[in-house]
Parts: sequence; C-alpha cells; structure tokens
Amino acid sequence: MAATTVIHAYYDDDDVLMHAVKKVKAEKHHIEEVYCPFPVHGLDKAMGLAPTRIAITSFMYGCLGLIVSIVMMKYIMIDDWPMDIGGKPSFTYIENMPAFVPIMFELTVFFAAHLMVITFYLRSRLWPFKKAENPDVRTTDAHFIMEIEVHNNESALKDLLLDTGAVELNIIKNSH
Amino acid sequence: MASHYEAPIRKPLVLGDKGYHDVSVDIAAPIEGRANRLWWIVFSIALAAFLWGVGAIIYTISTGIGVWGLNKTVNWAWDITNFVWWVGIGHAGTLISAVLLLFRQKWRMAINRSAEAMTIFSVIQAALFPVIHMGRPWLAYWVVPIPNQFGSLWVNFNSPLLWDVFAISTYLSVSLVFWWTGLLPDFGMLRDRAVKPFQKKIYGLVSFGWTGRAKDWQRFEEVSLVLAGLATPLVLSVHTIVSFDFATSVIPGWHTTIFPPYFVAGAIFSGFAMVQTLLIIMRKVSHLEDYITVQHIELMNIVIMITGSIVGCAYITELFMAWYSGVEYEQYAFLNRATGPYWWAYLLMMSCNVLSPQIMWFKKIRTSIVISFIISIVVNVGMWFERFVIIVTSLHRDYLPSSWTMFSPTFVDIGIFIGTIGFFFVLFLLYSRTFPVIAQAEVKSILKSSGARYKALRDAGKPLYTISKNGIVRETIVNNNQEAVVPSESNQEESLLNALGSFDAGTQDPDDLKKVKGIGPLMEKTLNKLGIFSFLQVSKMTQKEYDLLDSLTGTFPGRAQRDDWAGQARMFLNNDK
Repeated sequence: MAATTVIHAYYDDDDVLMHAVKKVKAEKHHIEEVYCPFPVHGLDKAMGLAPTRIAITSFMYGCLGLIVSIVMMKYIMIDDWPMDIGGKPSFTYIENMPAFVPIMFELTVFFAAHLMVITFYLRSRLWPFKKAENPDVRTTDAHFIMEIEVHNNESALKDLLLDTGAVELNIIKNSH
Repeated sequence: MASHYEAPIRKPLVLGDKGYHDVSVDIAAPIEGRANRLWWIVFSIALAAFLWGVGAIIYTISTGIGVWGLNKTVNWAWDITNFVWWVGIGHAGTLISAVLLLFRQKWRMAINRSAEAMTIFSVIQAALFPVIHMGRPWLAYWVVPIPNQFGSLWVNFNSPLLWDVFAISTYLSVSLVFWWTGLLPDFGMLRDRAVKPFQKKIYGLVSFGWTGRAKDWQRFEEVSLVLAGLATPLVLSVHTIVSFDFATSVIPGWHTTIFPPYFVAGAIFSGFAMVQTLLIIMRKVSHLEDYITVQHIELMNIVIMITGSIVGCAYITELFMAWYSGVEYEQYAFLNRATGPYWWAYLLMMSCNVLSPQIMWFKKIRTSIVISFIISIVVNVGMWFERFVIIVTSLHRDYLPSSWTMFSPTFVDIGIFIGTIGFFFVLFLLYSRTFPVIAQAEVKSILKSSGARYKALRDAGKPLYTISKNGIVRETIVNNNQEAVVPSESNQEESLLNALGSFDAGTQDPDDLKKVKGIGPLMEKTLNKLGIFSFLQVSKMTQKEYDLLDSLTGTFPGRAQRDDWAGQARMFLNNDK
C-alpha cells in the first residue's frame, strides 16, 4: 500500500460540524468517517450515508419469532401431548389458538428485539474486549472528528478545513 | 439539518451555563469522586436488610413453605403481593424510556437511565418470589419448555402462570439490552476520561469498544426507536398478563375483565412514584439538580396524578360492576373488602392511591420537593396494600363459611420482603456509584434546544455558535505499526492549554497546586508560566499532556504520571465541592 495521509479535523460544535460536512461534500471531497460524542441529526444524510436497514431485519426476526412460537405450541399442545383441561380437550389448533396469543406476542417481541440488537452489535463491531477505535479520547466528550484522506491536495484541504471552523487539524502521515 | 429551535415557552431542561464538556464532567463526577459517609451508611443498612432476607430465604427453602403465614384458605398472600408490587414498580422505567421516546418527550432524557435501572432491579426482586415459592428453586428450569426424560411432559401453554414466565423473562431481557445499548456511548465517555488503568479496562470492557462513528450513531438511533416501539406493547402486555393470573380464575373479586387496564395503570402509577422517590434523593446526593430539575419532578407528579385517577376510576368501576352484576358472591366480595375485617387495608389503599395524588392539582404542591417525596412513598405504600387487598380479601372468606380465616404474616414473610427492599437498594446504590446515571449523550443532543445557556443566547438574539478560522495544525507521523506521536509545527504550549482549558484570572481563583504531591513551589511557578493555575486544568491531563509537559519543562520526566497528578487534582476538586 502506498503511503497515505489522512487529515483529522476537530470540531467542538455540532452546528459547525454540519456546515463543514456540507461544505466539504460540496467541494467533492470524500469524508472517510466522522466521530461524534452524541447523535447529530441529519449528519448521515449530509455525509451521504445509506439509510440503515436494521429496522427491516427486526421485522424479519419478529416474523421468525411468531413462526417459532406457533410451531412450538402446535407441536407441544396439539400433536405431542394433547390435554383435556376442564372438559375442554385440545384436539385442534384453531380452537386452542386464543390461549396461545400471549406467548406468540412475547416470542415475537423477544426475537425481534434480541436478534436486532445482536445484529447491531455485530455490524457496528461492538462486543466485550473489543478495543475502541476513536482516534482521540475527546470524541466521546465534546469533540467531533472528520477524517478525510489526502490525495496530493494537502494544503488546499487544510485551508478548506480551517476555513470551515475546525479548531484543530491533525495531519497523519503513514510512512512505510 | 436538525434545527435546534424550541418554542420559547418551554422551560429549560438543563439549567446552568452548561456546554457539552460540562455535561461530561457533571455526569462523571459521582463516579470519579469518592463515596461520602451518607452513601456508606445507607449502603450498610441496605446490605444488612438484604442479608436478613437471604437468611429468611435459606430458612424457607431448607424448612419448607410452611414457615410462611399461608393457610388452607389464604394460600397466596405476601409472596404474590410482593411479586405484583415489584413488577408494577418496574413498569415506569420502560414507560419513560420507550413510550416517552415515541412521543418525543425530551424531559425523559434526564431520568430514563435511572428509571430503566430501577426496572431491571425491581423485576429481579419480583422474579425471586415465584422462584422461592416453587419450594425447590433448583428445579426452576422446569417452567421452560425443554425436551425432557419424563415422557412428553410439557409445560401448559394454556396457563396464565406460564404466560407470566414468558412475559417477565422477555420483559427483563429486553429491558436489559435496551438499557445496555443506551449505556454504550456513556461507558465510552467514562472509558476515555478514566485515568487509572483498572477503570480504563473495566469501562473499556463494558462499553464494548464504542467508537461513535456516524454509521454507529445512525444504527444506534434506529435501534433505540425500534426497541421503543417493541417495548411499548411489551410493557403493556406484562402487567396485563400478570393481571390474567387473577382474572382468568373463578374467584369472586378476581374474575373481572377490567383487570388488565387497571393493573397497567396501577403499575405506571407505582413505578413513577418509585422513580420519584429515588431521583429526589439522587439529584441531591449526586449534585444533579441542574439535570433533574423541579420541572421534571412536576411532570412526574402530573403522571402520578393522572394514573392515580385512572386507578381510582377502576376501583369505583369494580364496585359498580359487582353491584350491577347481580351475583351475590361478587357483591359480597366487594362489600367484605370495604367493611369486613380488612377494612383498614381497603381504607389505606383508597386514601393513599386515590385521594393523596389529587393534591397534585395545585402547582405549589406538585413543585414542592418535600411533598413530592412524601407522596411518592405514600403511593407505594398504597399500591402495596392494593395488591394485598385484592389477593387476601378475595381469598380469606371463600364459598364455605366454616373455612373463613384471617392471614397474618410470619417473621419469614416480612424478612423476605425486607430483604428484597434491601437487595433493590444495594443494586441501586452500587449503580449510582459506577454507572453514568444520566444518558449524557442524549442530554448533549438536546442541550442546544433545551439547555439554559443556549436558550439565553437565543433570547438575546445571539448565535448559538461561532466559526473561528484560526484552528491549530499539528502533524503526526505513524511509522508502520509503532506509533510515534510527534507534535510539530504548532505551538506546544498552545496545544497543551487547548487540551486543558484556559484559565481566566478575571473570574476564577487560582488553586494551590502545591497540594498535589509532586508539585513543588518551583514546578508550580513553571506551570503558572504555562497558564496552568487550577486543579480543573491539572485534572484533565492525560498521557499526551504529561509528555507535552515533560518536553516543555524538561525536568523530572515521567514524574507527573507516576504521582498521578490528574487523579490527585480530581480528588481535590471533589473535596472542594
């Protein structure tokens, strides 16, 4: 890999950051990453990130949970061991179904919530013993960092970023 | 882009002149400081109560359920009362974090973290009771539908008690991941502020390596929203199903269709009261008055008043329906509740739950912290008696007058109940010393719309931010994998002060830096020359600043680090408060 240079532009205000992101995008630079201490609404759109599909996965997991609960209760209560409770034998699924609704609901929620959260943790690479990758400890406190790769345009980029109100620029040179 | 506009009529939710960094400092302060004597006293009492409860539980399990006050007629009393009471208390946490999130109520952000913690801790207490009542708790896994060696012996999916198992375990586990997911960014903040390696390691572990990329935040917000959407019907289902334990039976007094909504309203009512009790203490002890304001207390009081009125409405509906049904057993069950030997419990329930919250109609009363605190405790006493009345008075005079009896708890019943209160407070007190008790990332996201500082700026017609174009530039050269940080070009002194914050001699008093072990008169002068005058500045020093300082002063390299100046300074800061 060739030697790469990235610029970390530090901002200390979300509004300034949003203006900067728009300006940098308008100048046709690619923003590698933005590290934020809190969610900045509209940042993903301004950066050009695709919308997340995690809610769709949750819906599918919920459907899975519903199917699991239906199959499980049909097998246990109707097929494997039908019971005669108070003179009301459980011979057909449809007649017994109303009593199964609460657990159908609970398992739908259980699957939708847990599998979605697990998907989120895996996709965003979050798990115990994972090392944090934010370049500066201040990004969890009150600073935002915009990371941009330099392609022979260091000084122009530097001027642009300083002009957008970056409080600090860190030019990181990788030499191999 | 997100507009930070908020109608001027809205009162600020974060008081004081607070910027983003101030929020981090305030939320981290109770964790980074030391516990005061009061904390230790309360913790010891809670621990003693917990241990007493453990003893009572061991006695119950080793001897048998016969040590409780149950008898042939009243075969369900304190255990189920306590179970329902604790589950009910748990409901406010999810309600605050999920329902108020869906309604975009910003005031929830100061209280949702603690309310969710309370949910988890109280559901743990609730779950204890059915498990102990099993008699052989080591066989508790029998409630799970697992293939087994007894022939095809399955659990009964027609039973509301099994629905309860599914509802409570789904509720507990979903609340836990909802809570923990919200905690990740805040643990990340603590991890990045931590100075001592042990704290850094622990908070690094529990933060799951939270990095805060734009994509992470995008997913985080979506996950929070979907979890809120899932948790809202979940929380309503849980107490609905708890009420089915009674409503699906044929006992007069239990067999009523109003139970589900009535129980859910009661749960929210008692849960908010418990949140109120805990937060009124915590805001004082942890100095969070700027975040948990009187406005928050007032809004919670309004919820308590409304849900209390719903509960009162349900009580009266029950009485009306008993009379209107024409069923004499049903009529007697309610007449017996109000005028029988347990009239005092009924009266307590009515006065604590229906009458006492009505005084919240007066603004003076619902903004009074002392009265709010008293009412919150009164409500929880009343809600305990509500469950006691429903359960015991419906059972103690059954269809057969010869078996009519009374219930009196034994010391074991009382001991287990006190033990769960102790356990709850042990957990909550430990939480309040080690967890970020306010969702700081969320508070920061509403700071510009609802913070006092920015509201004042907006009222004055001033801009909320300024773009300064004289940022500093530094260069870092990374060699293969070994990182060598060489700050160059820019002024080292400037970058040091930039990280530590500058000192304004006009408004601040310089601290006696010599108090810090390792700083002598000479070093103090050197530090002052660099612009470092206060403990606050020293407390912000990290490895990078130490190195920078060493290269600037050229004396005693590594000294500051060994003596942990930042940690010491933080201690002095806390002592000053």
